[in-house]
Amino acid sequence: MVNALDPQNIKNFSEASVSVEIETEDMTLNIGPQHPSTHGVLRLVAKVDGEKVHDVKPVLGYMHRGYEKLAEVRTYPQITTLVNRIDWVAGFSNEIPFIAGAERLMEIEVPDRAKYIRLILTEMARISSHFVFNGAYALEVGALTPIFYAMEDRERVLDLIESVTGGRFHPNFNRIGGVKPAAGAGPTTKKNIQDLPAGFYRDTKIAMQKVIEAADQFQNLIGGNEVFKKRTKDVGVLTPEIAEAFGVSGPILRASGVKSDLRTQTDYLPYDQFEYEIPVGENGDCYDRWDVRVKEMVESAKIVLQAIDSMPSGPLQAKVPKVIKVPKGRTYVRAENPKGEMGYYIISDGGLGPYRLKVRTASFSNISILPNLLEGALLPDLIAIMGSLDFVLGDVDR
Amino acid sequence: MKTFRPKVPGFLIGIKIVIVNMLKTLSPFHSKPNVNYPFEKEKLAPRARGVIALDQEACTSCMLCARQCPDWCIYIEGHKELQPPSKPGGRQRSRAVLDRFDIDYALCMYCGICVEVCPFDALFWSPEYEYSEFNMGDMLHDKERLDDWLQTVPDPEGLES
Amino acid sequence: MTEVLIKVGLLAGAALTGAITFTIMDVKGASWMQRRPGPLHVGLRGFIFPVAEILKFIQKEDIIPTEVDRPVFKWAPAYVMVSCVALFAVVPLSPTLVVADLELGVFFALAISSLGTIGVLTAGWSSANKYSLMGGLRAAGQLIAYELPLILAVVGVVIQAETMSLVGIVEKQIEWGVPFVVGGQIVGFLIFMVAATAEMMRVPFDMPIGESELTMGFMTEYSGIRFLIFYISEYMNMFILCAIASTLFLGGYHVPLLPTEWVNFYGPIVLLTKTAILGFILVAIRWSQPRFREDQLQNLAWKILIPASLVNILVTAIMKVGF
Repeated sequence: MVNALDPQNIKNFSEASVSVEIETEDMTLNIGPQHPSTHGVLRLVAKVDGEKVHDVKPVLGYMHRGYEKLAEVRTYPQITTLVNRIDWVAGFSNEIPFIAGAERLMEIEVPDRAKYIRLILTEMARISSHFVFNGAYALEVGALTPIFYAMEDRERVLDLIESVTGGRFHPNFNRIGGVKPAAGAGPTTKKNIQDLPAGFYRDTKIAMQKVIEAADQFQNLIGGNEVFKKRTKDVGVLTPEIAEAFGVSGPILRASGVKSDLRTQTDYLPYDQFEYEIPVGENGDCYDRWDVRVKEMVESAKIVLQAIDSMPSGPLQAKVPKVIKVPKGRTYVRAENPKGEMGYYIISDGGLGPYRLKVRTASFSNISILPNLLEGALLPDLIAIMGSLDFVLGDVDR
Repeated sequence: MKTFRPKVPGFLIGIKIVIVNMLKTLSPFHSKPNVNYPFEKEKLAPRARGVIALDQEACTSCMLCARQCPDWCIYIEGHKELQPPSKPGGRQRSRAVLDRFDIDYALCMYCGICVEVCPFDALFWSPEYEYSEFNMGDMLHDKERLDDWLQTVPDPEGLES
Repeated sequence: MTEVLIKVGLLAGAALTGAITFTIMDVKGASWMQRRPGPLHVGLRGFIFPVAEILKFIQKEDIIPTEVDRPVFKWAPAYVMVSCVALFAVVPLSPTLVVADLELGVFFALAISSLGTIGVLTAGWSSANKYSLMGGLRAAGQLIAYELPLILAVVGVVIQAETMSLVGIVEKQIEWGVPFVVGGQIVGFLIFMVAATAEMMRVPFDMPIGESELTMGFMTEYSGIRFLIFYISEYMNMFILCAIASTLFLGGYHVPLLPTEWVNFYGPIVLLTKTAILGFILVAIRWSQPRFREDQLQNLAWKILIPASLVNILVTAIMKVGF
């Protein structure tokens, strides 16, 4: 308490000031389940002061479909069909770690040709997912044409996947021991081998060339654009320590400067036979997250081109008994999905299906940094940051 | 990692790309990526999973497809009929006759497990996709309709060498 | 009296035709830039789709949410439309083909076009919707900020032309031989086009509409004819601001080497061509650029455009007085 009659305090009074603040309350804005820019039904309850966002709480669960419960009463081929739909943009890459886990428990050796086909389709799924990201992110930031270019180039890749497997988004092509060997089990359909169709190599080479050109066009159209750079540089900076503390994985972690790619550690796919680079970002802002994914698309295209040139021949599936029962055991298999790290923890007790299946998805851990990143951001920045995390609600809620 | 630094200001390059694409769309020399849907139809791959066709005579109502379906959308009913013995004085043979084979396409996930496990060559994939209905109940295709789809099943195509 | 009514009728007709032409250019241009054919099945290869749109909006149900402020909500589109249509009265198609050749033509145009701000702000405020409110507030800040560079860029032209009447400005450009954009007002032209894009709330300045964040911003709660009025007046605004820009900077209805007796015939065609070229540039910018964030927008207006336009005025004045 300052004593007004004390002569020592008089010279301080000239610096006294009276501040009158108008009492304002923050507006609670519900960036609701239905919104053009949340990738699905994500709800954010945000306290907004003017345009600054304070306190963001994500509310999840609008899309929970109960995968782990469904898996308790189904057999392995049936679960392979369901699991495609977790991250529906890149369908093939969700099946692979699950099948690899079952094969690890059964100790089956997958033939080389099947491994190469799996790798080609996984990389195509990665390209497809990154095309969706590129187009949709530009749309959220305001550029309205790149999404059309992205979808056009993505159609070629989806047509290729369809010509091999029969489905564009949900291929359902993996079987325990390899890939799908024949169209059926009867006398004539057993001879209808589901190998790569005629014309696949030529079409794939054209498609991958166009992917590399499309990535170049994205860099020209959006990456060099000053308005885009102003919207995304130094916005939503994620330091490597926070990223690792929250369990973030995938391109977001690589954009923050950590060179960690699970493709170097997967032994069930022959990534060590190919040369590819792992793009790493510098600052960890939205621009780096976008840039890393564009470069990854080009690397995936190069891997597919190398794989086509060196494809081994052989059977498509290893010898497995007619009724497949996986022996007792538990295993955890992780894979590098386009969105991050995906893992399956399978507990098997010798039956036709797993006793318990736990799915660890990439997007669920990735969006756990949202309250941290969005502190003090402006509302347009919220859209830019959420878009750059590239999550899909099927992946978050399973 | 180097950031992308163009020499011309970025927004001018963007405008140039957009105008070049517009001229490509208007010129008759560039192939269009669009299919004018109701009037032109796209040609799908032969393996595309559009609809499942049933060969009635081959089916022995063994119930394998109905059991393996993840959605349990195949409904099969059958009965056994007695046939005269092959040689006089022998045992009467029985033959399975199919009464009802319905696939509910409102539930079907198009996974293909039923086609794959059938041991008698009775189910086939076909790339037809234009069978939407106004009424959900009409999505249950019965035996005769599934038999009609059999004409649209393509032959298996050649493989890559 | 009938003459006034005829002129008003022609005005409304010209406004609607201008808006329809620019709608076609925007939507068809967008489709071609995105490698797709655009609306095809409506009319002759799809080119009469605005008529179909207008008919569709007219026959819709008039939905007014319960909690809105009714009189304000209903009158907001009217402010916006009046501020666009009134501008059509001063733009000259030729020295005699003009609805009202006012002595203060430029002054009148800029004053009336500022009325649109009230319409946008009240539309956002009266809709009982937090997103609309944010769109309206953003719009208020943006429109007020960009009025100043617009006016200051035009002041340069007025100094150089010594008159505020639009016909007089075009006559001055004919006298000089070169349009003002080449004759010293290139900076003013660029500032005017950027400020005009912001006044129209088009990408890259469409934060108030902000489609991927606020789903139509201040226009979210409007449907039916009220939304049609907002939508059409946006294209009318685009048309008339491009027409004013081509009159002030590009020479209006005049092209050198053409005989001046026939100016009543070729004047409108020349002016419309120049407007269409400017409109096409705006369309190409709209479909290729992302949108600015609100504070970057305000930065651009206050820290870059206003100083530049003040320097422009200074240089113009020095050149005028000295030479």
